[in-house]
Amino acid sequence: MTENVLTVTSLKAYYRMAYFGVDREVRAVDDVTLSVRKNEVYGIAGESSSGKTTLIKTFASAIRPPLKIVGGSMTYHFENGDIDPYAAPKAKVDALRWSHLSYIMQGSMSLLNPVRRIRRTFEDFAFRPMGLPSSEFWGRVESHLQRLDLSPNVLSAYPHQLSGGMRQRVTIALATVCQPEFVIADEPTTALDVVVQKDVLAMIRDVQRQMGSSVVFVTHDMSVHANIADRIGIMYAGRLVEEGPTRTLLAAPRHPYTAHLVASLPRIGDTTPKVALEGRPPNLAEPPTGCRFHPRCPLAIEKCTTDVPPLEPVGLDHRSACWRSAEVRPLTRIGHQELEVAG
Amino acid sequence: MTALLEVSHVSKHFVTGGRLSRSHIDAVVDANLSLSSDASEIFTIIGESGSGKTTLARMILGLEHPTSGDIRFEGKRNAERRTRAARRDFYRRVQPIFQNPFETFNPLKRVDRYLHASARTLFGARTASEAESVIDGALHKVGLSLREVAGRYAHELSGGQLQRVAIARALIPNPSLLIADEPVSMVDASLRMSIVTLLRDLRDEFGVSVIYITHDLATAYYISDRLVIMQKGYVVEMGPARPILDAPEHPYSRLLKDSVLSITDAGTDGLVSADRSESAAAWERVGTATLQEREDGRFVRL
Repeated sequence: MTENVLTVTSLKAYYRMAYFGVDREVRAVDDVTLSVRKNEVYGIAGESSSGKTTLIKTFASAIRPPLKIVGGSMTYHFENGDIDPYAAPKAKVDALRWSHLSYIMQGSMSLLNPVRRIRRTFEDFAFRPMGLPSSEFWGRVESHLQRLDLSPNVLSAYPHQLSGGMRQRVTIALATVCQPEFVIADEPTTALDVVVQKDVLAMIRDVQRQMGSSVVFVTHDMSVHANIADRIGIMYAGRLVEEGPTRTLLAAPRHPYTAHLVASLPRIGDTTPKVALEGRPPNLAEPPTGCRFHPRCPLAIEKCTTDVPPLEPVGLDHRSACWRSAEVRPLTRIGHQELEVAG
Repeated sequence: MTALLEVSHVSKHFVTGGRLSRSHIDAVVDANLSLSSDASEIFTIIGESGSGKTTLARMILGLEHPTSGDIRFEGKRNAERRTRAARRDFYRRVQPIFQNPFETFNPLKRVDRYLHASARTLFGARTASEAESVIDGALHKVGLSLREVAGRYAHELSGGQLQRVAIARALIPNPSLLIADEPVSMVDASLRMSIVTLLRDLRDEFGVSVIYITHDLATAYYISDRLVIMQKGYVVEMGPARPILDAPEHPYSRLLKDSVLSITDAGTDGLVSADRSESAAAWERVGTATLQEREDGRFVRL
């Protein structure tokens, strides 16, 4: 049994708004149960407005009204003891940040302060949590930058003097310099060019392996997940609909949404016509009854419109929330033999 | 063959900075391409940021003037279109689609207002009912209808729908050429295919040629007829799309293809930085290299 770093049990996070006398409730994260293990990359995939960003905001305990935790629990199991960020005192949660729990954000240009040198940003974020004397601190920062293939000279540069790929590497360095046990990465490579994207992903993977930390990696791009994630969780309309080891999930999906997501990706050398999924993601203020995917689902039956399917094991380490998961067939064959995992 | 668009020996040179910090950028160097008006096609321009692909598109649209060389659309240069009416006629034939649909539309105005404006000025609709039927026809081509869009603001539509509306707006004057600058890079991966398939259907059903600008090789493979690959302003490989992407010859094209992530890589642990040395070496020689023709019809700068 591998150890967990984070266990989440039936977590519900809703946006509650009351404008002009009308109460609106947006169920962005509804009844999510998952765990993230030590030393793994857990990928979260889903379309925009599927609730994936809200989910990681609750992971980072960075929620502000109107977002509210409505139910469920969330516990981190760090080396220095278990902690539930929503029950613990604020000072204790703040002490976790950066040294145990850190965040690689999307859009590195807006993250780094444009009028401060990179050196100052490192000082602001990392100096206090590391608790080292100044010379030792800068030694650690410089050796960490070198690990990410950055020269220590970037410390005296302003953000606009660096290229997009370098800035993204600086934010990765910033998030990992304190060797945190848990890193959340929110679409860190979406804005990058293809060549740079691969470099940055390889770097995240290397740093994660060297430090033995856990990474929650969020992106809507399944081909990125295929390359970096150990396990993938698929979000649809606020719910986790399928979870499994990367290879199994891609080669033998057990939820119709995942099957479509995988089959709709174009590949070089593949000339078969691709079918895009009809319809659009549901409005989370008024989600459909029963399974939220049923209006777009080719397998939907009467039961799907009324009963919510539970997320149940369908194989080794593999869970799916579908009443007809046994009948889901992969819509595309993914290359080589070793991927043909027995369902 | 009558030429729809002819780009011959086009270069664009930018000068930035003041007297002390002047720097020169060759955004596009000696680009040649042509589209025929007999058969519609999807012509893809591939390159990283800074490769000059957007500059080339802006020059074709007449938003930028080439430093040297000639761009002729239906036999006429942009500089020859001196009157307002001539320029409007040009935009009836060539229409742009931009990258981010949320920035294309003003968030404070209703989406259909743009459609009405295009129907009036570009199509020349005289009455509201005429404009509406034109708009409805254009929206039907992209799988929407005026009923779904009328009165809605940009934030009420999803990114994929909004990009369809942007394409519908471009289709109102029945253009023969669409210039789509990264139309899917801001759209979710799951919706991407519906947009690129739409571009392909426009080519097949309505005979619209598309210049598709992207850095995504997989969608380019899926829909393009021909493509060019650009490295920092230079066209390094040009020709039929699928043969080139199946077996790229220029080192830079190979680097791009090696960097493409695919779902078939799952579990192969193939996540290593691509080797840049050959591409960098080819870049050193780019000034003296010439485009050479190959048997399958491609041109490679070696």
